[in-house]
Amino acid sequence: MSQVSKQSEARPAANKGQFREDDPDAVRKAEIKALDRRLIVAAVLTIPVFVFAMFHMWLKAFIPMGVIDFFTNPWVEFVFITPVMFYSGWPIHRTGWLALAHRAPEMNSLVALGTAASYAYSVVVTVAPGILPPSAREPYFESVGTIITLMLLGQLLEAHARLGTGESIRALINLTPKTAHVVRDGKELDVNADQVEVGDIVVIKPGEQLPVDGTVISGQTSVDESMITGESLPVSKGEGDTVTGATINGNGTLQYRATKVGRDTVLAQIIKLVRTAQTSKAPIQKLADKISGYFVPGVILIAIWTFVIWWVFGPVPQGLYGLVSAVAVLVIACPCALGIATPLSVTISTGKAARYGVLIRSAEALQTARDVDTVVLDKTGTITRGQPELTDIGWIGDAASSGGSREANAQTQRDHLLSFIAGAEQVSEHPLAQAIVKGVAQHKLTVPKADSFEAVPGSGVVAKVSGHDVIVGNAELMNSRNIAASVSSHTNDNQQGAVVAKNDTNTNISDVNKTDIERTHSESSHVEELFASYAQKGKTPILAAVDGRLVAVLAVADTVKPDSAKAIAALRERGLQVVMLTGDNKTTATAMANEVGVDRVIAGVRPERKAEEIVRLQNEGHTVGMVGDGINDAPALAAADVGFAIGTGTDVAIESSDITLVSGSLTGLVTAIDLSRAAMRNIKQNLGFAFGYNGIGIPVAAGILYPLWHIMLNPMIAGAAMAFSSLSVVLNANRLRGFNPATVKPRRFTFKLRERHIELKGASSDSATESAHDTKSGASPVPSESARKALQITPTVDASPDTSDNITNQPAKAKEGTTMDMNMNNGASTVKDPVCGMMIDPKTAAGSQDYNGKTYYFCSDNCAKSFAADPAKYAE
Amino acid sequence: MVGNIAVIVVALVVSIAIIWYFFAPRKAAQASREGALQTAHIVVKGGYTPAEIDVEAGSPVRLQFDRQEDGECSSHVVFSDLGIDQTLPPFKTTDVEFTPKKPGDLPYACGMNMLHGVVHVLPKGGKNKS
Repeated sequence: MSQVSKQSEARPAANKGQFREDDPDAVRKAEIKALDRRLIVAAVLTIPVFVFAMFHMWLKAFIPMGVIDFFTNPWVEFVFITPVMFYSGWPIHRTGWLALAHRAPEMNSLVALGTAASYAYSVVVTVAPGILPPSAREPYFESVGTIITLMLLGQLLEAHARLGTGESIRALINLTPKTAHVVRDGKELDVNADQVEVGDIVVIKPGEQLPVDGTVISGQTSVDESMITGESLPVSKGEGDTVTGATINGNGTLQYRATKVGRDTVLAQIIKLVRTAQTSKAPIQKLADKISGYFVPGVILIAIWTFVIWWVFGPVPQGLYGLVSAVAVLVIACPCALGIATPLSVTISTGKAARYGVLIRSAEALQTARDVDTVVLDKTGTITRGQPELTDIGWIGDAASSGGSREANAQTQRDHLLSFIAGAEQVSEHPLAQAIVKGVAQHKLTVPKADSFEAVPGSGVVAKVSGHDVIVGNAELMNSRNIAASVSSHTNDNQQGAVVAKNDTNTNISDVNKTDIERTHSESSHVEELFASYAQKGKTPILAAVDGRLVAVLAVADTVKPDSAKAIAALRERGLQVVMLTGDNKTTATAMANEVGVDRVIAGVRPERKAEEIVRLQNEGHTVGMVGDGINDAPALAAADVGFAIGTGTDVAIESSDITLVSGSLTGLVTAIDLSRAAMRNIKQNLGFAFGYNGIGIPVAAGILYPLWHIMLNPMIAGAAMAFSSLSVVLNANRLRGFNPATVKPRRFTFKLRERHIELKGASSDSATESAHDTKSGASPVPSESARKALQITPTVDASPDTSDNITNQPAKAKEGTTMDMNMNNGASTVKDPVCGMMIDPKTAAGSQDYNGKTYYFCSDNCAKSFAADPAKYAE
Repeated sequence: MVGNIAVIVVALVVSIAIIWYFFAPRKAAQASREGALQTAHIVVKGGYTPAEIDVEAGSPVRLQFDRQEDGECSSHVVFSDLGIDQTLPPFKTTDVEFTPKKPGDLPYACGMNMLHGVVHVLPKGGKNKS
């Protein structure tokens, strides 16, 4: 990396270019080496002094007196310990004294003070014992040596442990391969993965790793995306599919065009996000930070007064006792444990989460997720796939026959009819048509090409396939083409171009084929039945006619993701209330709710009202997590205490949420909740330990137990305790690394409701920017003023005491990514697809894009792609 | 007895000196201006000198971190409010640039949260205008 890096607008990670920056581990390793050397010197010189000073009484039996006398001679001790003090102890003294000079004392300062006091005293004893009373002429060199040795040992162990904390990021960085095969000028060359450019054609052989993001131009394979999404099943990829760098190819061969390289790739963005999250501060850390500011001066004061108290009230020799206790206090105090308790756990858990496809945006989100007692799940795209699929085929007439010899005959007939239907629909770009084509494709039929094709907007298609007249669409279309469709035309709000039968029997039989009236009667009641049953299940029925005769009612519906029910059960097992939020009517919503097992359903909610529902739940006293798709649900995600965005595949909707679930599966939510709980438990253990250790250690070192039991803490023991206290915090935090969502034991939490008064502000019709306000102060903010404030707040610089004006009006929470242009939806629930001109409902749209500050919705991916290719052409 | 009183008096004086030393208000350095750009040079050596910088809101700020040491602690500088985590290579000067939009305090710290400093963002055209 360059020596001088420049960046604008607070985007530090952006300038890391190819994110193989200089490895911080290299620095750590060099440091460990230096520490090793100093530690060896310290240990070799200290051990003899320590052993003879402590155990000379017992050693008399084995070792000649001369040797013992030699090693217990103050001058010899002086010679041995001085290098330990100045060479081995150099890093401690340097950091410690410099920090004192900067008036920002820390742990090393305390140790530096303590060892310096002991050393100076011992030197005086050695050089001029005459100036001290006879009882206080014992040098303390072994203490100095031992404290420094133990401190170095502790730092070394800590450095080793820390070496691993960058691991999560490093593991992510190491995911990208070093080289790539690129086709340039018709030749395949191997280039450095960093040098792949946008537009390059990348060749991927079986088992290889993809270097950059792109779109497949040829080949068919399955790709393991688990490193990005956490999803273990490989995903099949073919022409036109997007692929992500760092994923691993299966058995096929692929050629794809690079669309994103370097810092723009999904992986690079994930790395950047994780980095930012790891440097953010959890609210729980503020207490520790506040205390550590007063900690060291406080400890120095305690040490001074410890000495004074021993001097005044202590036994003879007061000076020695006082000094020993004061040094013990200085040495045992460990602000370090307080300082690292939270960040270490946050770093490990956010890195860990990324490995399971859960991207946590900030430490605050990590902390708040622990307190979430109510999860609101958006239905479409969250519980369900969000894409229509062919679910049922109801045959009518001959094709419906079953049993006996006619069965085989009917089966071939059905296959024929299906292939005709698919042939007609193949040409249409409508999502419902695509769903039918996809569904038929599973029957492994050869689908003929349509000879002629006519799309009837809002109704369906009329086509000629293999010489047959094929009509697929709603009842209106059938009626207009003189086909007996015994269902009333009734347009559903949600699914354009579809028909839904009314549940009552008031059907409108028209244009009955007079030659076969009897049969039509029985068929029409059958059609009616199918219609009603599909509609009741929330499916969209579609009619298909071949050669002027109605042959089938197809049902297309948004299906539930396979693991949704399991994930919801897991959430409830953890004591969370699960709420489903949907724009569907109550009947459909309840059917779905029963299928997946949620506690509560809020039905008939328009997208722009979702945020209000969230706030309503918050005011009931709940801490609410909202799970949505990040585009349509952005205001609701922002209003919630924690917004979880469901990423669709690898299309990471990072910006609008606190936590992104990359795999799109709700099991990611369970992982996020579990990890948050584990992390917060870990942090609390760490903080509890750090506070407890200092709270007990300091008074004991000061000699509080001496009056009762004559217990004094030797500074050496204090040094050992200190060295291992911070180490134990590090080790405890490292336990989080063993987190595995598969082996988590679910624990049912009981949550207390808390009083909350949150108002949704800025929800005027022309802007959907919403922010939740905590108005605990009781002041009632002026709505327009606070709404203006909410819009101005950016995450860069937050509120400060300097801006005392309207400080009470500061919104409790305001995030970027909440702005969503709702202009298009005002009054009407449908918007126009700018590409094909179809009227669609934004909440069932296949996609949306922002262009020139306006949001456009699309009926299908194809329309979205055409728009993306040339937005100016389609945007009004 | 005289010895006791002497020790107590000395301890009192030292205590007051320590409290004053660590908690007395610090003087913040003023960032120098070249046109719109506000620049401050910060020496990183066991701490940040100067640790406190005054800047004005609304104009870009360049902090030149001159790291005159190696080792673990000061190898990163973190502005948690800005989401900046900048690596500081040893014995080199690294620039960190941002534009504070609102007045307020922007604390920064080393990667291990042991060394601390703060950027005071003053209102535009405030009393400290040079």
